[in-house]
Amino acid sequence: MLSFVTKRLGQSAVLVLIMSALVFVGMYVVSDPVAVLAGEDFTEEDRLALAQELGVDRPLFLQYLSFLGNVLQGDFGTSFVYNRPVMDLILERLPATLEVAFFAMFIGLVVGIPLGVYSGLNQKKRSTKAISFFTTVGYSIPNFWQGVLLIMLFSVWFKVLPASGRGDTVDVFGVGWSVFSLDGLSHLMLPALNLAIYTICLQARLARSGTQEVMYQDYMTFARAKGISRERIIRRHLVRNILIPIVTITGLQLGGLIAFATVTETVFSWPGIGKLLLDSIHNSDRPVVVAYLILITLMFVTINFVVDVLYALLDPRIRYT
Amino acid sequence: MPVDTTTADIGSPSSPDKPEPRFLENVAKIFRGHPAAICGLIGISIFIFLAIFAPLIAPQDPYDQTRLDILDGLLPPGSTLGDGTTSLLGTDALGRDILSAVLYGLRISLFVALVAVIVGSAIGVFMGLLAAMKGGWVETVIMRTVDLKMSFPGILLALMVLAIFGTGIDKVIIALIIGAWASEARLVRAVALSELKKDYIHAAQLAGLSDWRIMGRFLFPNSISPVLVVLPMSISSAIGAEATLSFLGVGVPITEPSLGLLIANGNDYILSGKWWISIFPGLVLVGMVLCINVVADRLRDHANPYLRGKE
Repeated sequence: MLSFVTKRLGQSAVLVLIMSALVFVGMYVVSDPVAVLAGEDFTEEDRLALAQELGVDRPLFLQYLSFLGNVLQGDFGTSFVYNRPVMDLILERLPATLEVAFFAMFIGLVVGIPLGVYSGLNQKKRSTKAISFFTTVGYSIPNFWQGVLLIMLFSVWFKVLPASGRGDTVDVFGVGWSVFSLDGLSHLMLPALNLAIYTICLQARLARSGTQEVMYQDYMTFARAKGISRERIIRRHLVRNILIPIVTITGLQLGGLIAFATVTETVFSWPGIGKLLLDSIHNSDRPVVVAYLILITLMFVTINFVVDVLYALLDPRIRYT
Repeated sequence: MPVDTTTADIGSPSSPDKPEPRFLENVAKIFRGHPAAICGLIGISIFIFLAIFAPLIAPQDPYDQTRLDILDGLLPPGSTLGDGTTSLLGTDALGRDILSAVLYGLRISLFVALVAVIVGSAIGVFMGLLAAMKGGWVETVIMRTVDLKMSFPGILLALMVLAIFGTGIDKVIIALIIGAWASEARLVRAVALSELKKDYIHAAQLAGLSDWRIMGRFLFPNSISPVLVVLPMSISSAIGAEATLSFLGVGVPITEPSLGLLIANGNDYILSGKWWISIFPGLVLVGMVLCINVVADRLRDHANPYLRGKE
């Protein structure tokens, strides 16, 4: 087990290194930062001075090494646009992204699993057909278009929920959270719902196929024969047994939610790291883009690593050598 | 499948005599008794027809700036324009007819998705066959790259590519190709590995044919069907991905708006109640994706026992 973890850890480190090199080379070589930053009245000497100041006159290999050295100390350089350390910018906006992603995951689980269990138990009912129709359509509608529809429905026609921003935030541990204030919560509802629809559909499908599999197992028949109430059977025996695949998918999906928050944050002007990324792409704010991409790579590699190790721990049939 | 090593045609999916009616017969068999899938098929045909003949159907050339009248701007559906014509679906801020913009946008969306999926799948199929055929370090490199690609969400990779190379139709297609090839490669490799164990391949190897020839003539036609089954699904997800990227403003340029960019343009006017600019392109987008998905589901269900038999 230990050798598997070490080996897997080594692979992850190499992966992050490769991706960081790709992103770095891509961002600093394919397009030249001097050309972006230099004013129109810059002479050749000014350009050279600027290149020296930015450190881009050195060989690429050395540039990458010093970049890597700085990154290991948590320094991703300074944003061209905001003129502030990139790390500060990202850390400042990360809570907003995490808030909407976790809230969406919460909605997805709380709505999706009961829907799935219900349609698994009542396969022939008309309401089940409606749920299955809803999940198919939910899969087919692009995420951003769902967001546009939500705004149109709840902000323009019914005028019940605000369409953009975070609203009032309440400071907890020195970070502002929307979820703790009523105004903030109303701002959080639409983006979270937008992000949650896919999760709802996914969890409903997973829970339904799990339920269909579990409900004919012998222990279910036995529990019924023992005269246990239907509700108790569902809660104690059925749901617990369908949870294993759901937990794994949920873990893997969290990363996807954070990545997809890019779209939701843009639709709802939610000030998270996804919106920061897109603004930075539009403004050619390279240090921010590089930092975002490397950090998100790190996050995905970590999630995959943890899931792999959990698999090996949970399922003794999986042998890693 | 009957094995006959003397003819070069072994392994080709359809028999040489009268392929045309058999193909149609097969299609009819797949869709008979599935009204939703038939509706999807009809829908797809209509969308393709509209996309191809957009310049003939559209009442206005949306790219012709000289014919736009700012006084016609932001008119609701059914309004009469300055030149006396009726705008069925309304106009946008520049006075552009939404119906025309949607027809041309449909064209661009379909074009980008089709090119990306066809090229992406071709690369994926080649990589998968190569990995299965060659084994060793070639296989390791290809399959590790596939794993690497599959461990990231597609949207993130696409943003990465577009952040590095900039935006534009060609860049979007590159980004979508990078997103499309890996799953195809994995699929084809799995099928090809099981095909490689069969007698007709051994026979071809004993006959002294080169690896490339075996790959092209025998392995390729026998490993391709699962990719054909997932092709519609790949196209619909490519359409969705392109729309998302264009909506985010990192996709197609403003001069050649796809459906996604049209939705983004209308998004600025939603809060002031001008819903038609964003809704109509969106409806077309969703309608098209839905039609393709229904057909794709049917194809997958139909092919499922076959796939199970392969594994």
